[in-house]
Amino acid sequence: MTDVNKTVDAKGMTCPMPVLMTAKGIKEIGEGEVMLVEATDAGARSDIPAWATQTGNELIDSAEDGDVLKFYIRKK
Amino acid sequence: MSTDADTPDSMTIIAFSGDLDKLWPTMILSSTGAATGMDVTVFFTFWGLFPLVKDDVRITGNDSMTKALAGMNAPGMKKAKLSKLNMGGSGAWMMRKVAEKNNLMPPEDLLDICKDMGVKLWPCQMTMDLMGIEPDQMIDGLGQPVGAATALQAMSKSQINLFI
Repeated sequence: MTDVNKTVDAKGMTCPMPVLMTAKGIKEIGEGEVMLVEATDAGARSDIPAWATQTGNELIDSAEDGDVLKFYIRKK
Repeated sequence: MSTDADTPDSMTIIAFSGDLDKLWPTMILSSTGAATGMDVTVFFTFWGLFPLVKDDVRITGNDSMTKALAGMNAPGMKKAKLSKLNMGGSGAWMMRKVAEKNNLMPPEDLLDICKDMGVKLWPCQMTMDLMGIEPDQMIDGLGQPVGAATALQAMSKSQINLFI
């Protein structure tokens, strides 16, 4: 499992909050560090990868644990 | 912050409507655009200007007609109506209740986030003059009032331009 430097808990939040919280969270870690974003909004399944592509951060892994979507993002 | 030439890095929204159900997408797209590193500008014009009036200002205008128009448009974002089936405010009230139940932030809270994220919020000078809306009646955190040419200048630099 990847070492996680920060976890953003966006569970229960709906669009646009998971993306806004992800954007806020990424500012709080250093380059090369990894952030875990947890969300339950089904829209996040495409929104978080779209955000990563747009901002140039790397989505290194994603997983689903029941209703919880997990995204591992490395800051570029 | 774009990663390649195809990735937009600037968005301008012309917020023409003051309806609650149109303010929501305007605020969601603006905040999300800023969160993805875009330079976002929202130009509030015509009916879109009324939501920028402070909620505690009951009426705006400098004569009977502008006051009547303000009365019909209920200045302040918290008083925004639905574009259809407003039903004297009960439609908007229900929409807000449903949003709250689904953890969707109200537009006025998203507006605060937009301000924090550096979204440029430009009131239309001409609409302010037309409707007799005074600068001190408007909420804090807005840019200087501007005109059509300034809005077009922002639009000409934006890959995404929306009229909502």
